[in-house]
Amino acid sequence: MTSNENILGGASVPASRLVSSLAPPIDASCRVPLLALFGGAALWLVIGSVLAMIASIKFHAPDFLADYPWLTYGRVQPAADNMLLYGFCIPAALGVMLWIFARLSRTPLCLPFVVVVAANLWHLGVLVGLTGILIGDSTGFTWLEFPRGGSVLLLAAFLLIAISAMATFGQRRERELYPSHWFLLAALLWFPWIYATCNLFLVAWPVRGVAQAAIDFWFANNLLFVWLGLAGLGASFYFLPKFAGRPLQSRYLALFAFWTLILFGTWNGIPSGAPLPAWMTALSAVAASLTIIPVLAVAAITWKTLCSSTHSEPGGGPFCFIRFGLASFVLSGLMLIAMACPQISRVTEFTWFGTAQTQLQLYGFFAMTMFGAIYHLLPRVVGFEFPFPKLARVHFWTSMFGVLLFVIPLAIGGVVQGMKLHHGIAFPNATRAMLPFLRVSTTGLLFLLLGNLLFALNIFAMTLKWKFALLKRAVAVVKAPLETEGETGSAFASLRRDKEVKA
Amino acid sequence: MKNGALVFLAVFVALGLSWCGFVLAPTRQLGGAKQTTILNSTDLYPVGRPGDANLGLQVYRANGCAACHTEQVRQSGITCDVVLTSPGKNPAMVSNLVSTLKLNGLAKEVADAVSDTISAAGGKAEIHIVATGPDIARGWGTRQSVAEDFLYDYPVQLGSLRAGPDLSNAGVRAPDTNWQLVHLYAPSSEVKDSTMPPFRYLFELRKIGGAPSPDALVFPKGFGPPAGYVVVPKPEAKELAAYLLSLRANVPLFSAPFTP
Repeated sequence: MTSNENILGGASVPASRLVSSLAPPIDASCRVPLLALFGGAALWLVIGSVLAMIASIKFHAPDFLADYPWLTYGRVQPAADNMLLYGFCIPAALGVMLWIFARLSRTPLCLPFVVVVAANLWHLGVLVGLTGILIGDSTGFTWLEFPRGGSVLLLAAFLLIAISAMATFGQRRERELYPSHWFLLAALLWFPWIYATCNLFLVAWPVRGVAQAAIDFWFANNLLFVWLGLAGLGASFYFLPKFAGRPLQSRYLALFAFWTLILFGTWNGIPSGAPLPAWMTALSAVAASLTIIPVLAVAAITWKTLCSSTHSEPGGGPFCFIRFGLASFVLSGLMLIAMACPQISRVTEFTWFGTAQTQLQLYGFFAMTMFGAIYHLLPRVVGFEFPFPKLARVHFWTSMFGVLLFVIPLAIGGVVQGMKLHHGIAFPNATRAMLPFLRVSTTGLLFLLLGNLLFALNIFAMTLKWKFALLKRAVAVVKAPLETEGETGSAFASLRRDKEVKA
Repeated sequence: MKNGALVFLAVFVALGLSWCGFVLAPTRQLGGAKQTTILNSTDLYPVGRPGDANLGLQVYRANGCAACHTEQVRQSGITCDVVLTSPGKNPAMVSNLVSTLKLNGLAKEVADAVSDTISAAGGKAEIHIVATGPDIARGWGTRQSVAEDFLYDYPVQLGSLRAGPDLSNAGVRAPDTNWQLVHLYAPSSEVKDSTMPPFRYLFELRKIGGAPSPDALVFPKGFGPPAGYVVVPKPEAKELAAYLLSLRANVPLFSAPFTP
């Protein structure tokens, strides 16, 4: 642990011995807030993949569950996407972010109770949003489907968590900033900005006509590519050197990736065929071609940090998740850039290729990175190992197969479908050609569902075990002989001490 | 770099640039858009959708139709066709001339030259502008979709996936309300092997009573409800069909010219 913190802190860490004694109280301060964030996230993750499964089956049997309005494809599909993004990815990222801030700042988490309240608000917001979509109350804007009540709750919860993160950042004992700080600070700033303004312009006081589409395209890209990129890379650049056992190669390259990502990446997302003024589509295509710079920089950082790594662990551990996530980020970035190139987009636009890219970014990159981070940090935070550590490794393999089986057929099928549509093959034939690919992708979803269940099982079992331990200790305190009042007080004090030591 | 505030400020500016470009600028440029006139006419476009079609857009939104259907026709370019309108005083010579010329699928300059040649011979010719591209060849529209088509829509439902066909001109392709309703109730009755889920919950199955319902759907042979029953659309289904019929982006505009 000491050497790892050294790697992160840079060359001069005088207080490295301090770190090892500080880590337990820092981890303990995150315990309740993180369990609140991750518990709900695991639940939404499972619900999301069940919904995705239902949506996928409808392509093979359009009659499946067709008589329930709330389970029609057009509601289930966006609900599944929203559960993965707002239900799992963002709260998981917030939890990981808070822990990284506390660790890098070498100070316990500030305002933990605010985070607990915020986590519950967030999950309530997701519940309101999910219900809204299923009863037909969606706003109709991609990735902003949550009705008003849900999005207000999400925004409030995010701001509360950002306050706690900023307070922890302000209290930091190590003044030097690590590259992860840059990525995560920008992520804290960017989400409320894009989420609040786009909801204002699209839902609260809607702008006229096709400007809605422009704003929605911009929002989707800034959330899925830029925000997930900032939060996911910020976490990866913290864990990668820790697991690889050598410093990040190099922090300057990481800062370069950061600046190019926010300067170029934020302008992507407007498809070249959209019915918008030509300057917008042209500017977006140029920005997309420049986005190759941060994507290649991330590839170089990963490669150089890993190539002489001394670390070895049995397959399927947190390190595997992080590496898979980084590889997916690079691949999905390349797919995004390809789709923005006008020659290629003529074929891939409006096909399943786009779905493949989105899913690779959401699940292959982001969710996998979060799984790795959570598998690493949660045992430290709660104070004991996962109840089923072997299942955590199985989770890696099922999720990896799931992502590959989902993304590869849809990407290939999307190109096939696009070629057929481009060359004037009759529409039903082009759709029929897509069906075998969709069948394979349904199998992929089945693997993902299985993996998500394993993850949720570990998280829930761990939470239960922790609650049970708390209960046991409370019972022990109550049962303890009460001789004088002073002794009772000291029994509580010793309980508190005991908790801290165990953590 | 130790100064958190400075980093924050720099990040704020860098991120804010794209927000100004792609959020603020379009609301300024497009947010105040007004009706335009149809090419070679004084009629205004678009006129708002009728009331039930507007309600139908909300049914379209609530059921997430845009998850599978787009409302944007793409266009790769335009070509010109030269059409002889009058052979003039010397019809034999002009028709001889015309038979030697290529008249269809020309670039603008070539079409101008051909038209000049014909008028020099005494004939009269018109140049017709034709939009081209796979979507247009497929019959999904006569021109590309442009900003004007969506002026009064809220929410604008462009869509991003064509699991089903493009609907920009659904009302031109299938202008029959009964066809739209039957297709919503049982998609495979109208389109063989359709992957579209049926929207039976927008309809009622009614026992045939005394007075026949004027709204009852007329099904193609081999489909339809069991004997003694009729299928009657609920208001949502009628509104959705009205919306689909109102999808007609087929007039020439300055930003998307073609000759009707």
